Amino acid sequence: MAEFISDPVGQSVPRVDAYDKITGAALFTDDLQFGPGLYYGRLVRSPYAHALIRSIDVSKALEMPGVKAVVTGEDVPARIGLYLVDRPIFARDRVRYVGDPVAGVIAISEDIAEEAAQLVVVEYEELPAVFDPVKAAQPDAPLLHPDLGEYKVANFIFPEPGTNISEHFKLRKGDVESAWPRCAAIVEDAFRLPHIQHVPLEPHVAVALWEPSGQATLWTSSQSPFAQRDLIAQSLGIPHGNLRVVSPYVGGGFGGKAGVSMEVYAVAMARVVKGHPVKLRMTREEEFIGTTVRQVLVAHTKIGCDAEGNLLAMETEYYFGGGAYNDYGVNIARAAGYSCTGPYNIPNVKGDSYCVYTNMPIGSAMRGFGMPEIHWGIEQIMDQLAEKIGMDPAEFRRRNCVKTGDTILTGMKMPAIDLVACIDKVTEAINWGKKEQPSAPHKKRGKGIAIMWKAPAMPPNPGSSAIVRFNEDATINVEIGAQELGQGAFTVAAQIAAQALGVPYEWVRVSAPVDTRYSPYEWQTVASRITWSMGNAVKAAADDARQQILALVAEHWDEDPDNLDIKDGVVISYKSEREQPLKGMVIYGLPNENFEGWKGGPIVGHGKFMPTYVTNLDPETGQGTRAVVHYTVGAQAVDLEVDTETGQVEILKIASAYDVGKAINPDLVLAQIEGGAVHGMSSAFEALKFDERGRPLNPSLVDYRIMSAVDAPQEIHGDIVETPLEDGPWGARGVGEHVMVQTAPAIANAINDAIGIRFSDLPLSAEKIFLALQE
Amino acid sequence: MAIHSIIVTVNGAQERLDVPSSMTLLQMLRDKLGLTGTKNGCSAGECGACTVLVDGEPVNSCLMLAVEADGRQVTTVEGLAHDGRLSTLQEAFVEHNAVQCGFCTPGMLISAHALLERDPHPTEQEVREALIGNLCRCTGYLRIIKAIQEAAERGGA
Repeated sequence: MAEFISDPVGQSVPRVDAYDKITGAALFTDDLQFGPGLYYGRLVRSPYAHALIRSIDVSKALEMPGVKAVVTGEDVPARIGLYLVDRPIFARDRVRYVGDPVAGVIAISEDIAEEAAQLVVVEYEELPAVFDPVKAAQPDAPLLHPDLGEYKVANFIFPEPGTNISEHFKLRKGDVESAWPRCAAIVEDAFRLPHIQHVPLEPHVAVALWEPSGQATLWTSSQSPFAQRDLIAQSLGIPHGNLRVVSPYVGGGFGGKAGVSMEVYAVAMARVVKGHPVKLRMTREEEFIGTTVRQVLVAHTKIGCDAEGNLLAMETEYYFGGGAYNDYGVNIARAAGYSCTGPYNIPNVKGDSYCVYTNMPIGSAMRGFGMPEIHWGIEQIMDQLAEKIGMDPAEFRRRNCVKTGDTILTGMKMPAIDLVACIDKVTEAINWGKKEQPSAPHKKRGKGIAIMWKAPAMPPNPGSSAIVRFNEDATINVEIGAQELGQGAFTVAAQIAAQALGVPYEWVRVSAPVDTRYSPYEWQTVASRITWSMGNAVKAAADDARQQILALVAEHWDEDPDNLDIKDGVVISYKSEREQPLKGMVIYGLPNENFEGWKGGPIVGHGKFMPTYVTNLDPETGQGTRAVVHYTVGAQAVDLEVDTETGQVEILKIASAYDVGKAINPDLVLAQIEGGAVHGMSSAFEALKFDERGRPLNPSLVDYRIMSAVDAPQEIHGDIVETPLEDGPWGARGVGEHVMVQTAPAIANAINDAIGIRFSDLPLSAEKIFLALQE
Repeated sequence: MAIHSIIVTVNGAQERLDVPSSMTLLQMLRDKLGLTGTKNGCSAGECGACTVLVDGEPVNSCLMLAVEADGRQVTTVEGLAHDGRLSTLQEAFVEHNAVQCGFCTPGMLISAHALLERDPHPTEQEVREALIGNLCRCTGYLRIIKAIQEAAERGGA
């Protein structure tokens, strides 16, 4: 065994964070110690889905011993939002969902804050509420945001003031009307997905401190320390430099800790008790209803193909129920719009994707960002079309799936990918076409396949930056603003820095926690963009440091830098075969002959990356030169059994294959593939439930079940396809979200194969399947 | 609120503590002793992130009062490695990449430790059932299950 790891890119090296995490040493936000001056916050939330606030009386709460302050919208008359600034920090004139914060109580203990929160008296006047996105989009629906036209909005989002529609994305390609008569088979159906929640094991937590000088610090479990700094600073009207966001390890994000959710309350509350840190920690119940959820989707989709199985036309309407505030959700509807066909080449497309205000919890980013929602319907229709024309569903997908160089629905040329290879891998792994025997007479067995695509959904120009610094012994600190959520970002950063510099992997340290005061800028750890974007920035920083070192040594040796290289931490010359270890020289430089002066100095490499080529799209057609940076594609196949006596589904095997361009760390890719398969499987059986007045019925881990160790499949098979991405580090593109996008429809297709019944609505509850079997 | 003086052995060291009646064992470990490796995921005994050993048995420390730990032996994730040497289970978790975000990991390790102490050669199904109270949203469980089986093969916790 080598004493160190050389050239780590492409190797399954151990995670840099593993040791801390298995010994309990890894610090998460709630683990940070703030001493006896720490106060605790508690939010007062609306019991009504839609109501006007008549008055708020905080006097009784303030009288309670131990209570330090109560903050309401009067104290913080500001709104906040990422793409659409529509969310008041504290509700002022009206509340829009059950759980909408109206006040924040600050006390010396969590118990006192909770008790005092119940003493805040709010007088409401209940208003008619609307929960269904299609109903909410109608002209006569109760209006949630009469001021929609006045909200600040990104220039690629198109709200319709006077309605509840916060975004309407239109995709028009070819002519669908003239294509329908040419279709040999057409399938049209409506699909519905419920609210689900991210359920990170670590609930949201934030601690904020305002110093008397006006300098504020926010410690928070966040995917987006820089976006939080930006949005909170803008919202509160303070200089960005006065707000510092520190974010230790994140105990699961899945999109729920992207953008801003509850963190802004900690900052707003701490402002009135300067000098005391204020901790705000979500209970598990609040996590379900008071942070963010995956928005509901009601889809109405029609797709047709000719007798040979060539897709000809698609018409679709997507109504995303975005909940009370759609500041992030608008971009989910947009992403669903510009990718509305799924991974298929369809010549004629008419797509309308809406984000709609409803009196429900706030919809926001969740792993897949609109793609799991739209693929649920698309991938079932593809199976039905294949069946109608008598073609194997896998073959139907091979024929129609998007391929390198295709002009896709927005007019953009498809960057290099190989989706057919992914289909081939999963069909082979699942023994596609072979009917397996069920394990008992009352069970039915079936197989299903589904494919997917997803592009990073983000503004056109999200940037990454990185710094590479040397220590005296030539160990390296890599500074990044990207966050470690469990996906392995820190490990990938270390691998890329070591590879680009030519030093052992073990020499690299990743500077953590992310701290906006010291870490270089990163837009957000979202969109499966980090390996690609941060990776490019780290590589650039390492290349910069490398160039400085080679130039210095070349000058010292009087050689051409092109003949020099760095191997395992030693500069070597291919010409003179001289060697110069990095140790020492990367800080102190090199002495001239006879110590007649020195040259060089501490080596610091800087790198950045920002895509510069994404264009806005025509608001009427969704057409443009380049809608997105790239797509990651993949396939999944499922082998399962349905128990006809109980309606329960047992997943036996999930086979997944994704084209990641280049696996920087293959085992971490496989870990994503496995974890995502179970997350995707779980999502097919999950649903947040509400009563007729919008009150949550199951906000606990007992009533909202996620998959446990006994539910996980017997086997998850993962395959990695590597078609290099033009502008990825060593060709790499992201895969973190994609791994769960099409799992639910793959399961639905397998259930249909087993029992011959289709389900257009999620969740796939045992009760629903059992009842369908009785019909 | 009444304060109780208790004596509890935590990771082998005897601690003399004054704890309020309502304080949970989880709060005692985290807030009184600074042992923050044990996590709070739900405060309701539903997620298993706060699992610790009390006299060798796995318990949800968020559901047990600190006073109930009086006179008993408590082991947390911080007590699994000895003199910088990782336990067999900890090593297996690293080798199998059974860790992602790491928030469920301490509770997983403790539940696995209790299992292997109780039954050095569990079947795969027994491993799965031993973890039923420990939720994980990142890994999909299979790597955790494999790591535990491998630790069993290597001779135990």
